[in-house]
Amino acid sequence: MIDFIVTFFLSILTYLILTASQGKIWGLWSVFEIITGIILSLIVAFIANKVLFQKRTYRMLNPLRWVIFLIYLIGPFFWAMAKANIDVAYRVITGKINPGIVKISPGLKTDLGITLLADSITLTPGTLSVDIDEKNNDLYIHWINVTTLKPTTHHICSNFPQWIRRIAE
Amino acid sequence: MGIWLIILYIFLGIGVFFNCLGSVGLLRFPDVYTRLHAATKATTFGSIFTSLAVIAYSFSRWNACGDSKFRVLALHTIVALVCLVITNPTGAHAIARAAHRSGIMPKQAVIDELKEAKLK
Repeated sequence: MIDFIVTFFLSILTYLILTASQGKIWGLWSVFEIITGIILSLIVAFIANKVLFQKRTYRMLNPLRWVIFLIYLIGPFFWAMAKANIDVAYRVITGKINPGIVKISPGLKTDLGITLLADSITLTPGTLSVDIDEKNNDLYIHWINVTTLKPTTHHICSNFPQWIRRIAE
Repeated sequence: MGIWLIILYIFLGIGVFFNCLGSVGLLRFPDVYTRLHAATKATTFGSIFTSLAVIAYSFSRWNACGDSKFRVLALHTIVALVCLVITNPTGAHAIARAAHRSGIMPKQAVIDELKEAKLK
């Protein structure tokens, strides 16, 4: 049941954002649009309610996790991304590279957590996630400036795993 | 009106600068992985700033004439921004993984643990 409700609200939210223009309701939507949206979202929720919660875990419904996620996005993630771009600018201009593929074990267990970490790693300084060992969730990282051959997690992505453990596990 | 325009030009400048660097890196780096570094990081950051410039533009126009189509422009740009930040690193990861699985090894590499691991 909770799958159905969450899918319904997500699809109607997407519909409302994409159709907002002029109308009677708060100056953004007309009555006809709202009714169409409700009917379409009911159909979508009826068909696709098994997609979002395939493993029957409802951790991400906790709003506190989304607040931490927003703080993470605006704070440490954006700062790391700015540094990454200065770093790429430096390497583009000077051409100094020392690349290699290294392995790290971040110790995250859930699929969502490892996906978030891999995407964060790709956008932060000098690193690009290439592959994953699905047995024990080890990540293989292409590192543009190898300083040690056996890096710890802290070398690659500072304290991102702690943040992601708070968000997704 | 004036302050929004100044913000807009600053954002546009930063965005165009980093997108330009990404293109130069694409030409300058030796192999597919290092090129992906330039192509994902620099263009994501640059595109975030050009999108923020569009949002600043729509706010400035909305303040000036109150037409609701500029509010809609800002909303849709935010949706595009979210999609961009999600899909760009995922696409880069897919390209890198496909390249390594089809046998393209990183040039000048000092270490390649993925080749030693032989995942299938």
